[in-house]
Amino acid sequence: MSENLVTVVSFSLFLFIIFLGLFGEFLAPYDPLATAASNTLRPPSWAHPFGTDNLGRDVLSRVIVATRLDLSIALSAVALSFVIGSALGSVAGFWGGWWDRIIGRFSDTIMAFPLFVLAMGIVAALGNTVENIIYATAIINLPFYIRVSRAETSIRRQAGYVAAARLCGISEIRILATQVFPNTLPPMMVQISLNMGWAILNAAGLSFIGLGVRAPDAEWGIMVAEGATYIVSGEWWLALFPGAALMIAVFCFNLLGDGLRDLVDPQRRT
Amino acid sequence: MNSKLYKIGWRLLQAVPSILGVIIISFVLTRALPGDPAVYFAGAMADKESIEQVRQALGLDRSWIEQFFIYVGNLVQGDWGQSLKTGQPVTEELLKRLPASLELTIIGLGLAVLAAVPLGILAATNPGSWVDHICRLLVTAGVSLPTFFTGLFLIYIFYYLLGWSPSPLGRLDIFYLSPSHVTGFYIIDSVIAGDLEIFLGVLAQLVLPTITLGLFALAPIARMTRGAMLGALSSDYVRTARASGLSKSMVLLTYAFRNASLPVLTTLGMVFSFLLGANVLVEKVFSWPGIGSFAIEALIASDYAAVQGFVLSMALLFVTVNLTIDVILAITDPRVGLEE
Amino acid sequence: MKRRNFLKSMGVATGASLLPFLKYIPVEAAGRKDTLVVVAANGINSLDLHRKGTNRPSYQVTVNIYDRLVRFGVKKLEDGSLAYDSTKIEPEVAESWSISKDGKTLTFKINPKAKFWDGTPVTAQDIKWSFDRAVSLGGFPAVQMKAGSMTKPEQFIAVDDKTFRIKLPKPSKLTLPDLAVPIPFIINSTVAKSKATAKDPWATEYLHKNPAGSGAFKIVRWDPGQQFVYERNEDWVLGPKPGVKRVIVREVPSASTRRALIERGDADLYMDIPAKDSQEIVSKTGGKVKVSGAPIDNCLHVLALNLKYKPFDNIKVRQAIAYAIPYGDILKAAAYGRGKPMFGGKDMKPTSVEWPQPFPYDTNLEKAKVLLAEAGMSDGFETTLSYNLGLAAWQEPTALLIQESLKKIGIKVKLDKIPGASWRTAALVKKRLPMHLENFGGWLNYPDYYFFWAYKYGHLFNSSNYKNPEIEKLVNDTLHMEVTDKQYEENVKRMIGIAFADVPRIPIYQPYLDSAMRAPVNGYASWFHRQLDVRSITKAGV
Repeated sequence: MSENLVTVVSFSLFLFIIFLGLFGEFLAPYDPLATAASNTLRPPSWAHPFGTDNLGRDVLSRVIVATRLDLSIALSAVALSFVIGSALGSVAGFWGGWWDRIIGRFSDTIMAFPLFVLAMGIVAALGNTVENIIYATAIINLPFYIRVSRAETSIRRQAGYVAAARLCGISEIRILATQVFPNTLPPMMVQISLNMGWAILNAAGLSFIGLGVRAPDAEWGIMVAEGATYIVSGEWWLALFPGAALMIAVFCFNLLGDGLRDLVDPQRRT
Repeated sequence: MNSKLYKIGWRLLQAVPSILGVIIISFVLTRALPGDPAVYFAGAMADKESIEQVRQALGLDRSWIEQFFIYVGNLVQGDWGQSLKTGQPVTEELLKRLPASLELTIIGLGLAVLAAVPLGILAATNPGSWVDHICRLLVTAGVSLPTFFTGLFLIYIFYYLLGWSPSPLGRLDIFYLSPSHVTGFYIIDSVIAGDLEIFLGVLAQLVLPTITLGLFALAPIARMTRGAMLGALSSDYVRTARASGLSKSMVLLTYAFRNASLPVLTTLGMVFSFLLGANVLVEKVFSWPGIGSFAIEALIASDYAAVQGFVLSMALLFVTVNLTIDVILAITDPRVGLEE
Repeated sequence: MKRRNFLKSMGVATGASLLPFLKYIPVEAAGRKDTLVVVAANGINSLDLHRKGTNRPSYQVTVNIYDRLVRFGVKKLEDGSLAYDSTKIEPEVAESWSISKDGKTLTFKINPKAKFWDGTPVTAQDIKWSFDRAVSLGGFPAVQMKAGSMTKPEQFIAVDDKTFRIKLPKPSKLTLPDLAVPIPFIINSTVAKSKATAKDPWATEYLHKNPAGSGAFKIVRWDPGQQFVYERNEDWVLGPKPGVKRVIVREVPSASTRRALIERGDADLYMDIPAKDSQEIVSKTGGKVKVSGAPIDNCLHVLALNLKYKPFDNIKVRQAIAYAIPYGDILKAAAYGRGKPMFGGKDMKPTSVEWPQPFPYDTNLEKAKVLLAEAGMSDGFETTLSYNLGLAAWQEPTALLIQESLKKIGIKVKLDKIPGASWRTAALVKKRLPMHLENFGGWLNYPDYYFFWAYKYGHLFNSSNYKNPEIEKLVNDTLHMEVTDKQYEENVKRMIGIAFADVPRIPIYQPYLDSAMRAPVNGYASWFHRQLDVRSITKAGV
């Protein structure tokens, strides 16, 4: 029961985050981009519960509005990675042979890179736009999905129902798409949730070295990266609130992943 | 054993295409970087002519294909090029900085293991209890924060406010000269040199950065330990051991943990690789002269040779680590084969 | 924290040979009292300024370990801080000099007491070799030498051991100051030549890591990427004896860490401290840390508009933008007050030749809208504002504030952050940025020098692609003219007047360069090269 409690809590939190992502801009008390040079670096107060940043912008509004950007980065990157990775992986697992070898080598090559550096390289080469950050994050997550879907598919390719479908004369591709693939989904769902958390952290790390989203967009990672330089001078609120939001979101995704895993495949619990 | 050797050799061979892929991709990637090293290195105030001079001197005016073959040719001879930014040969830079990063990562990983494995075992022996949940929440929290945030926060509390930890200036306090170079790992070198003061100084500098890294590695290790232990504890041989009346700790440690340690070992390899990449951020925060900070600077300066050298050496390292783990597994566990 | 006695021989990893000057750093009492610990953001990448690819921070080394013919004097500013004096030239290796009547020949008498570190005297032959090297290796050094009309080795003559002569194609006020900049430093040519090869006649490989000079300090240790260490040359007599015996410069990439270090006293000097920190740190530490800084001569933080891109070719559009910049807010939020305002001038015609001086624009959105309408752009337009990632500390807030303000007059601006290496290519070489922030400052403190680099078509810092035949002529005429020439003032005022009206570059403020130091540290002076000159530093209690 208590595990389910954790899953329920994280799921509700997840819904709340989605809600903020969709409606955040209407809920934010101030315009997240509006500067006020005479009101910079004010600590939290009634007027500004999260304080103001170095340009006088309201931190609370920026944190709320950032939800959408961070969620979209996480969702798009992971979705892209999942779709392409699982497609490649199932092809490799189902047909084996040369497909398997080529896709396997491709996946190994990506994994041979220190992943964060690969993301850095891609964003540095292509330019730091949100799209490129998403592509970079998607690329470095590919090998995982390839590997899992390959393993799951190859286990099932000789299964009874597959043989039966073949006897019925259904084409190989249709078998893969309609019979085998859906059964490989559950273990991957779990990782999707975990990867979303990691995608957000990745974007934050890129921001720290200057390759993150463009100013003045509000994104938790870049707010933490910039706020980090203000910690020593005592303006702790600049980094703490976006950092807490980031942590809660990632935490929530991670717990959700655990919960899903328990639901989906109790034997595989870790 | 012969077949094992054959398998190991085959495994090594399989790594070659990946390495080739890495070389090609890193070459293309660095060439795609927006900066123009010729401009950067012609320096301030340089005009079109001096930039062209520098471009020719650097060999950047040739076609990509030509440059690629020159690069690979040099690689084979052991010349990884010169870092334009620091003016040193790339191999020298890497050799100097790699031990710094490795020292950090290995100790960070060690700390994580020391904390995570007991947590995992604890959680596995009390599944579903509040202990289990606390463990899970703790390790998940560690992996939910960006490493640079944790690092800066730790510096703020333990150095700036409390003054307990030494200044985050890198591997050694300014006034200590580094121990004479034997391995490049200061801990080992200072022991070899028999110098207690430097040894302690090195340890002191390592505390905060390794904790920062370790926090990040807690979750996967703890999770894997818990899962593997659960699997082991519910297995036949453990039930037999219990039925035979063996003590609880004996069952736990000798039987269950021994068998659970294999998947944990696999996870360690993955986590180690992952940490080496995440090093980049921690090194920036703690001014650690490691390979990660080298990579960031090289990337921003479009320092081709340095970036390629870094990526290649990391790839080689990963392959080695993964191969070693596979080999250890193959040798110790007859059930595990060396699949592709 | 215990301090280690320096008993071990220095050695850096993998046997990369370091400087063979000392075998060990002798046991000294009280390690800290005569040692200065400096923290800096970027490390050096060469000990040889003439080498291709040497970065800016490396200039610091040349300043301290090599001598030049002459140097600038030092003056006291109103707030008590010290800064270099661009109007005073003092002897260094040259104990006296004379200029011929036609101004085309400069003759220098070398101080007989000037000696290299190996004890040999500095001769005119050494100076000639060093100057030949400066103009022959190309790149930035050659360009800078050219500013002083020194381009060919034939211009440098070693008359005898103690007399050195420079011949100029025409007289120029820039030559003498150009001899005091870091570039024309004096190398021990005997040592260098013995290490030269046929492929490397200027000994660049050797001098890259092994300086051979006569300066007040020597480099005793260089760990690339980490730190380098100076030690005082006890035999240096070309100036007052430096106050500290040893200076350790440590590379610390994170600004917060640097600040934490100086606040806690683990560093003595923090060079180039950001404006915000400099404002807070004195009160925060109760005076244990003090700040010394000065406006950077000849330097401006500007918004540059590129005339190759419509509608910036329209003067009314440029002027409109000049009226739309939120100057006061930028000075407050981006510069934290550490900037000299360069806006709010009273007159469209300049009344002095002071440079930089405030431009006659101020934040006036109504006027901006009127001008835009006159230009036929009352509906506004879209453009991109680019800035340098490496300078994001002041450029990002500035860009954000400008973006917001321009939106109010209908100009929609997208921000584009460009990393350091690509910045120079995009902004200065290809000159392809429509709107960007720029921060050029000339080493030689004359307005015509600034105009030469930033307003002449095709010149490096003219990132606006600005072309004006009158400016071309004025700059050419005035560049080498003496300040006392009666035509000089008129020309300069005319140049500045044109700049006022045309505004391809809209100045916002003249930046300060601040450094923070612990209370016992004295003698810090601000220099045009924006680097640390440790020769004047003293530490109380030594």
